[in-house]
Amino acid sequence: MTGPVEAIARAVRQGEVRAVEVLAEHLGRIARTEPDVHAFNLVTSDVAGRQAEEVDRAVAEGRDPGPLAGVPVALKDLLCTRGVPTTCSSRVLEGWVPPYDATVVTRLAEAGAVFVGKTNMDEFAMGSSTEHSAFGPTRNPHDLSRVPGGSSGGSAAAVAAGFAAASLGSDTGGSIRQPAALCGVVGAKPTYGLVSRYGLVAFASSLDQIGPFALTVADAAMVLDVISGHDERDSTSLPGAQPSASSRLGRGVAGLRVGVIAELVGADGMAPDVAARVEEAAAALSAAGARVEPVSVPSVRYGLSAYYMIAPAEASSNLARYDGVRYGLRKPGADITEMYTATRSAGFGAEVKRRVMLGTYALSAGYYDAYYGKAQRVRTLIIRDFEDAYRSYDVLLSPTAPTTAFELGAKTADPLTMYLNDVCTIPSNLAGHPAVSVPFGRGTDGLPIGVQVLAPALGEPVMFQVAEALEAAAPTGGAA
Amino acid sequence: MSGTGPEGWEVVIGLEVHCELRTRTKLFCGCPNVFGDEPNTNVCPVCLGLPGSLPVLNREAVELALRIGRALHCRVQSSVFHRKNYFYPDMPKDFQISQYDVPVNADGWLELPSGKRVGIERAHMEEDTGKTTHVGGGGRIHEATFSLVDYNRAGVPLVEIVSAPDLRGADEAREYVEELRAVLVATGASDGKMEEGSLRVDCNVSVRPEGTTELGTRCEIKNMNSLRSLSRAVAYEAARQVEVLTSGARVVQETRHWDEADGRTHAMRSKEEAFDYRYFPEPDLVTLSPSDEWISAVEAALPVLPAERRRRVAEASGEAPGSEAVSTVVRLDLDDLVMAASSAGADAGLALRRLANEVAGALADAGRVSLDPAAFVELVRMEQDGELTPAQARRVLKELVAVGGAPRDIAGRLGLRSLGSDQLSSVVEQVVTDNPREWERFAGGDDKLVGFFVGKVKAATGGNADLRAATELLRGRRSQSGPSTT
Repeated sequence: MTGPVEAIARAVRQGEVRAVEVLAEHLGRIARTEPDVHAFNLVTSDVAGRQAEEVDRAVAEGRDPGPLAGVPVALKDLLCTRGVPTTCSSRVLEGWVPPYDATVVTRLAEAGAVFVGKTNMDEFAMGSSTEHSAFGPTRNPHDLSRVPGGSSGGSAAAVAAGFAAASLGSDTGGSIRQPAALCGVVGAKPTYGLVSRYGLVAFASSLDQIGPFALTVADAAMVLDVISGHDERDSTSLPGAQPSASSRLGRGVAGLRVGVIAELVGADGMAPDVAARVEEAAAALSAAGARVEPVSVPSVRYGLSAYYMIAPAEASSNLARYDGVRYGLRKPGADITEMYTATRSAGFGAEVKRRVMLGTYALSAGYYDAYYGKAQRVRTLIIRDFEDAYRSYDVLLSPTAPTTAFELGAKTADPLTMYLNDVCTIPSNLAGHPAVSVPFGRGTDGLPIGVQVLAPALGEPVMFQVAEALEAAAPTGGAA
Repeated sequence: MSGTGPEGWEVVIGLEVHCELRTRTKLFCGCPNVFGDEPNTNVCPVCLGLPGSLPVLNREAVELALRIGRALHCRVQSSVFHRKNYFYPDMPKDFQISQYDVPVNADGWLELPSGKRVGIERAHMEEDTGKTTHVGGGGRIHEATFSLVDYNRAGVPLVEIVSAPDLRGADEAREYVEELRAVLVATGASDGKMEEGSLRVDCNVSVRPEGTTELGTRCEIKNMNSLRSLSRAVAYEAARQVEVLTSGARVVQETRHWDEADGRTHAMRSKEEAFDYRYFPEPDLVTLSPSDEWISAVEAALPVLPAERRRRVAEASGEAPGSEAVSTVVRLDLDDLVMAASSAGADAGLALRRLANEVAGALADAGRVSLDPAAFVELVRMEQDGELTPAQARRVLKELVAVGGAPRDIAGRLGLRSLGSDQLSSVVEQVVTDNPREWERFAGGDDKLVGFFVGKVKAATGGNADLRAATELLRGRRSQSGPSTT
């Protein structure tokens, strides 16, 4: 299915439309609806204007304007942008302006993308609703009383609302896929190491990956191809060239083997309408010629627990540097310890503090083996179970999130209920595998539902191939 | 100050030496690794720990770490970097990237000039911190009015070399640091400058009654910035612990700060010390697995190390490897001259003595000397062949060191030439004839008179006689003349 990324880039490259016109149209939409949605922490019209003019100049002069020529893209506000504030939706980074661009930002800019703004998020990417932002929540464009999911809620909402043709988010435990599902867009988390993390403000380094949001599977694959590839500035970046994520698009799914993860379809709190859509999706793939069967991946049940040891542990260390000494917020104190305490107490929100404390505890002397060490062993177990499954299946299928978008405030009082949102997405982060959420019809409340396609490491081509088939088969509108 | 410790007690020491590596750039970024630049000029997003930045390991630093490991006979292994978490403003990330349970180098040893082998538990890689200057409040952060931080040093590569508790007393600790420094400089890993902080020594000290084997409770001493302060600190701390124990109290395991001014160690405030570092594997770096080929290449390229050089000099000269002369000559990098004498067939033992005494003395006076090996070997040969007396040879050597030239020319210019043995014999005959009463007494067994005759020979020859040869001639003549008839 042709999406706006492909369509805009083609039209701009062929001189059918100017990038500045495309930008104006998107800025117009932002002007009209952004006050309701609040997808952005900062709209960067000036930056975007200069980039669009440069693209138009390149086209006029016959130079190659790049594969994403004139495509308006929104960036999650934890991607460093040189000269443009990067806040992570936190007070603690108040006043900080990065002196450098993230690698993905450089790659998008070189491809001709036009940056319309920095999107709102849960503070430091910790959350599943974008309510944990120091700058107020983002609302779901499909229903303004609902959350867009999180933590990349602003990036998902920006695409759903037509503020940008594509956006980037980061996914540590589902932070791209879950908001994609709740906002009715495509969102992909690539294989760990496929996309450079240089310039991504870290939440949990061993789990974080940057990935695209777009309206169509092909658009998402196209953006992923631009941002992926080895980067010598990220030691965990995979060496060598990888096949294009788009390389298997248009091939259909005949003969592919698809396993539907029983433990996730039947997970605690799974809404019946979501489970029903996953069954429909499975049936659609079967009808398209795939061999579809239920499969058991037993250890995914422990994913959530392991994740809430590993991610906070790494976060407690990654977030130590926000101490008021060098940049960002500083609250004075009588001595250095008081300054640290005052700065971090004022700078971080409740959810960040909760996870920093959890992680600090998990790494403490005497507890390491019982918590962090054990969680790492669960991680190994999950990888092994996935390996077993992928011996029999090309891809796996599951729901993305247990429910459709929920009301603002519905889950903020109970962190554990909020954490359950990520039960289906976390296993892929723990394994380092790719997964994508594809819109597949709506729930009984009329809100979007996402189906998740999981693939083994570097299985992006087959993952997008199956995602494209789901996209083609997805019910249009209406309740299940 | 005693080198071995208080009477009846044994002082047990283990040292942790931090060695800054002489790389062009820092451990995880491309910033220059230079000492003494304008503060905060050699910095970038990575070594400032800016949000979003990531470390990338410097290959040159690994190379130097491997050299250190192999030079210390360590096992080089696949290793993992960890984060050591604690808050301090000299650490941009509020954690230090270090190695924890799997260091790159483990289980080696260092041979001291005495021949003793000191165990090396590990020699691991880590990044240096920045430098803080606390203004006001006696230089401690919690009392300071304000603090200044320079991040030029943040991220400079270090190797921390941890010895086993194998050292006994301040002198041996000092000997260890000197030997280690020599090895680090020889490998090219370090410039060895303690005064610039390139080498920093922390010291674990405990005491135990002589004859016992159980280790006592140790204290870690920090802030010693010279070998002299290391010796003083160890001596002070050992005496303090003995006093604590003999008074019936217990030594408390703690970190103590050496105060150069008052010559004591002081317990650091617990607030500054009570850290739980919460080590965990650094997720931004991958396992460091140097290939066997790399390790072999590093090993093949290692220079000959001091212990081996001492062995060579000892073998060539017939001296013991642990002798003062041998270790002096190696320490001063003069051992090539011994080996040159040896390979030219000259008397290497004589060469060693001249180098360890006269040349070492000249070096101590002048700071540096240059000595042409061929000229030096020729001089040794001249002395060995009796062409020059030892006194004459010393004078020529002094000249050779000061201005250079050919020893034969120098000797000629100075009019130095040993008498031939025939000439010397006739001088001896002459002095015996001239002093018959003294000869009679000497021949009768009054050996003191040998000095009298040697003095006469010296006077008669204007110092150009080999006095040792003259002594032998005198004694020989006495034994030939048979026992006294009186």
